[in-house]
Amino acid sequence: MSDIADRVKKIVIEHLGVDAEKVTDNASFIDDLGADSLDTVELVMAFEEEFGVEIPDDAAETILTVGDAVKFLEKNAG
Amino acid sequence: MFNLEGKAALVTGATGGIGEAIARALHAQGATVALSGTRAEKLEALANDLGERVFVTPANLSDREAVDALVPAAEAAMGKLDILVNNAGITRDNIFMRMKDEEWEQVLEVNLTSNFRICRAAIKGMMKRRAGRIIGITSVVGVTGNPGQVNYAAAKAGMIGMYKSLAREVASRNITVNTIAPGFIETAMTDALNEKQKESILVSVPAGRLGTAAEIASASVYLASDEAAYITGQTIHVNGGMAMI
Ligand SMILES: NC(=O)c1ccc[n+]([C@@H]2O[C@H](COP(=O)([O-])OP(=O)(O)OC[C@H]3O[C@@H](n4cnc5c(N)ncnc54)[C@H](OP(=O)(O)O)[C@@H]3O)[C@@H](O)[C@H]2O)c1
Repeated sequence: MSDIADRVKKIVIEHLGVDAEKVTDNASFIDDLGADSLDTVELVMAFEEEFGVEIPDDAAETILTVGDAVKFLEKNAG
Repeated sequence: MFNLEGKAALVTGATGGIGEAIARALHAQGATVALSGTRAEKLEALANDLGERVFVTPANLSDREAVDALVPAAEAAMGKLDILVNNAGITRDNIFMRMKDEEWEQVLEVNLTSNFRICRAAIKGMMKRRAGRIIGITSVVGVTGNPGQVNYAAAKAGMIGMYKSLAREVASRNITVNTIAPGFIETAMTDALNEKQKESILVSVPAGRLGTAAEIASASVYLASDEAAYITGQTIHVNGGMAMI
């Protein structure tokens, strides 16, 4: 698992208060992890802060699962 | 009670009667304030008068780029934004059948669209800090209607609907979103009325007088305070009883 994936999962666990084993790559924030639409906005803000990147709205809308976030950040962070 | 020390507030329309009173009142409770309006000299004069904990962030709210730059400017000056008071507003009165497109559009742009854009810019920081106060100055006529003011009443009613919806979205993040609806208040806006018009207005005001800007400012201090944490999505009517809603 990449360092980015670890950091993403840590944020998701902390923010949504879910068990680590539920935070798999395929886990959907809304359908599997109990996030509401406001939580997803906050997750994106938390990713922006952690990785020092700007995630534009149209990209944010495509980040639906943990894996989506990891993929986006692997491509755009650092 | 109502201590605002350590809080950072942005007040639009701070060159106007009500906005100046709001800025003074928030400042008096200890808040740091950013003053906005188009007349920079007037803002500077008010800032000089207030002394410390004051910044001047002019913006023309009919210019969308300037609108979008306002919250970032206030946040850069103060380091954060805890309290947003959207107070700026204009009237372009005309009877409905004579209402021009420009009169409609100008009032909607300055009184409603700029509100949306300023709130959108401010909400991000408030979400991150899980705290915030958004206060909009609407008007009694947004609820009751008023002949000659279809544009103004539509914009003010629009604010109320917008603020209620936003209040529902962000309540769980400790952000409250409320409006204050003044009745007839002594300011430049109402100075434009002649004596006869004023008399006919007062007939409908049980308190028998116009309100003062300070009386609107008191309501804003309350809504901005920690004590008002459980009031959101509401409209506080400050109108001497002219409409009881
Ligand atoms: N007075 C009343 O009886 C009454 C009753 C109900 C509601 N209200 C509401 O209370 C609020 C304040 O009114 P007021 O009585 O204090 O009126 P005012 O003295 O005429 O002040 C209006 C304020 O709005 C600002 N403003 C207008 N157009 C602007 C623009 N394009 N860009 C930036 N700022 C702009 C003005 O700033 P600049 O002059 O610097 O441009 C001024 O500070 C308004 O929203 C009004 O609708 C007033």
